[in-house]
Amino acid sequence: MDASLALAVSVPLIGGLLATALPKRAQGLGLLASVATVLVVGWVMAGVWQQGSLHAELGGWAAPLGIALAADGLSAALLGMAALVALGVGIYASGYFRSADADRHFWPLWLLLWAALNGLLLAADLFNIYVTLELLGLTAAALGALTGTVDAVRANLRYLLVGLLGSMTYLLGVALVYTSYGTLDLGLLSNALEPGPVAATALVLMTAGLALKAALFPLHFWLPPAHANAPAPVSAALSALVVKAAFYLILRLWLDVFAPVVTPSAAGLMGMLGALAVIWGSWRALRAERLKLLAAYSTVAQIGYLCLFLPLLQALPPGAERDDLFVALVLMALTHGLAKAGLFLAAGLVQRSAGHDRIDDLGGTAQHMPATTFTIALAGTALIGLPPSGSFVGKWILMTSALESGQWWWILVIAIGTLLAAAYVFRVLSRAFNLEPTPRSFVTQARTEVPALLLALTSVAVLGLAADPLWRLLGAGGGA
Amino acid sequence: MEQLLYGGAGVILFALGLWAFLVYEPLLRKLIALNIMGSGVFHLLIAIAERGELPPDPVPHALVLTGIVVAVSATALALAMGRRLEDDSGGR
Repeated sequence: MDASLALAVSVPLIGGLLATALPKRAQGLGLLASVATVLVVGWVMAGVWQQGSLHAELGGWAAPLGIALAADGLSAALLGMAALVALGVGIYASGYFRSADADRHFWPLWLLLWAALNGLLLAADLFNIYVTLELLGLTAAALGALTGTVDAVRANLRYLLVGLLGSMTYLLGVALVYTSYGTLDLGLLSNALEPGPVAATALVLMTAGLALKAALFPLHFWLPPAHANAPAPVSAALSALVVKAAFYLILRLWLDVFAPVVTPSAAGLMGMLGALAVIWGSWRALRAERLKLLAAYSTVAQIGYLCLFLPLLQALPPGAERDDLFVALVLMALTHGLAKAGLFLAAGLVQRSAGHDRIDDLGGTAQHMPATTFTIALAGTALIGLPPSGSFVGKWILMTSALESGQWWWILVIAIGTLLAAAYVFRVLSRAFNLEPTPRSFVTQARTEVPALLLALTSVAVLGLAADPLWRLLGAGGGA
Repeated sequence: MEQLLYGGAGVILFALGLWAFLVYEPLLRKLIALNIMGSGVFHLLIAIAERGELPPDPVPHALVLTGIVVAVSATALALAMGRRLEDDSGGR
């Protein structure tokens, strides 16, 4: 059973190597590897569903010397979301790139990124997290610069440098941890950890590095240009998955490993930064002139929402309510991942069809593509948090917990953010519906439109109306 | 005492690198600064590997080796992208 964990990392990696070795068949091999990876991830999820958590020691070497992989409810849920988004992005990319060259360069990097992401979600020690984090940053920057335009290269070079700064800071934190505890294994560490200056410094350093990578306000400055200038399938993956991966690590450290070190004021500070991110990100999204820039700023805001959960999780005592809040946090992350992927893919189609993505001039263009416009609307529903989307449930539980733990002020932030989100989504939609006659066929280019639509639809319908299994998946995980 | 000296030097190197990264604009200086930050961390890791009479702890050494590989590849990618930018702006 444990072989599934190693396969989840190695299948996309082997696919990427094959795509590098046989560039002419890159697309076919890439799609094949994508399907295989989705199947393996399904296997991992089934294992977690049945057993609560999985653990594998590579080569039979046990911690603290060996490299271990582990999966619990949280990582399984994110693995599943990543697999869905990655499959959608892969199918979309196979119909998106016009030049064979771009297509050939896309697949090896893309599969390597997926392997790094799976490795990061499954890593069970701090140093392997560093390695996968670096791999993720390198592949993400290379993919983002794939178009080769000066803007894209400049934005992604900055992203790369910022990412390196983040991982160096994280690595210094790791070195401090090893200095005082002599282990890097997450499980051993959470038992050994005691509140103290060294542990606190290490947590601050690691969090600062990860916040830089997760684009947490005010360290978000690099995100909008990098994500808005990347090719559409890449921006979808960057916004939905790569940023989320860094946030997953913050979550893992704050709720799991370093839980004894976290004080209410530290969690409150994270919530405060989250609140500023929600308001600033939503405001900039409303003022954005281009559709992809709007989507990128909305990502900044959505990361902010996720941080709002931290002070509440800190305040609530362990129990059913806290578990609910934790599932709501994961539900928000999953919903945003799927919705933002759908939105970026749809924005790429609009941009391709119109030749630009200036929101004010979108007019009839969007109306020529009913399925794409519908995708934008559905993704918007999830970003605002309207029922029946997953983020409606998430925000509902978030606000209930804010009231119950007496931290009512977060509700104001959520309300402002939601209103701004509604404003920026409807601003796009109002441009999309004008007087032009609507074409007869709903779908105009199935290969690219359908994956985008399905991702957005999943975020609204599946995660909202059928979120129940997530409780079981995460409840079974026990963990944080 | 020696351990503290080496480890402390590592932390100082990290701080110097961070300062240079934030202050200087040119890509090359930023990259060198990042590499100095990396060297600072590696310094610290090598310092904590010392265990007195016992042979040194191999784990930090392995970490440093991996870290060097990562730093080299990251530097190479950044240089390639910087080169591309320079070619593009020089060609006009």
